[in-house]
Amino acid sequence: MPTKIEPTTGTITIHLLHFAMNRELLGCAEEQMTLPAGSAVADAWTLLVARAPRLAKGSRSQMVAVNSRYATLDQSLQDGDELAFIPPVSGG
Amino acid sequence: MVYVKITEEVISANALASRVRSDADGAIVSFEGVVRDNNAGKGVSYLEYEAYAEMAEREMAVIGSEAMRVYGATNVAIVHRVGRLEIGEVSIAIAVAAPHRREAFAACAYTIDAVKERVPVWKKEQYADGGQWLGSQAEDKGKPALPALRTEC
Repeated sequence: MPTKIEPTTGTITIHLLHFAMNRELLGCAEEQMTLPAGSAVADAWTLLVARAPRLAKGSRSQMVAVNSRYATLDQSLQDGDELAFIPPVSGG
Repeated sequence: MVYVKITEEVISANALASRVRSDADGAIVSFEGVVRDNNAGKGVSYLEYEAYAEMAEREMAVIGSEAMRVYGATNVAIVHRVGRLEIGEVSIAIAVAAPHRREAFAACAYTIDAVKERVPVWKKEQYADGGQWLGSQAEDKGKPALPALRTEC
């Protein structure tokens, strides 16, 4: 049987910002994350939850921003993007 | 005109109102959000505010534009403070100018509601025995869940 070989597509590095309860659970305000090219917002979230499982409790209520604009989980990430998960806001 | 700012400085609501004033407008409505000493039956010592400043200013500018377009405001100014705020200090000030009072009241009410709903700012209540981020009580209100999550390392 021939083995299918996936083409090498490389990696991307994104800049993550953590706020409020996310920052406290992850222990830092910002970091770099390297992901396979073609990764989406949801992939970054999965990696963060693997590191800080208590983040999972708030999964349903988080929003997300890419380059400081609200985005969706299936949005694909580009090298150099700034990504921030937004826990429930409480300004005012 | 829309003016927005995230700041660590003390907010002057009077200075903000003077930013929106114009000879063509007959009404200015101002709103101040003030740190109070209690919430949900619990004594609050002080608040810590945190913002995603760049995004917060962008979202506040969008909200100000909506208040003009939808509610007829002429000028909107929004300033939100971050850092440690003591009881009685102003956390947010909004000033709205419009030709008449009804537009000004409506635009100001819309602006504070929209800020609380979608501007990335967070507050942590500090009590005598610890602290808690607010907003988590909004969980599970029918928003789509993030995907099933693995917890192994």
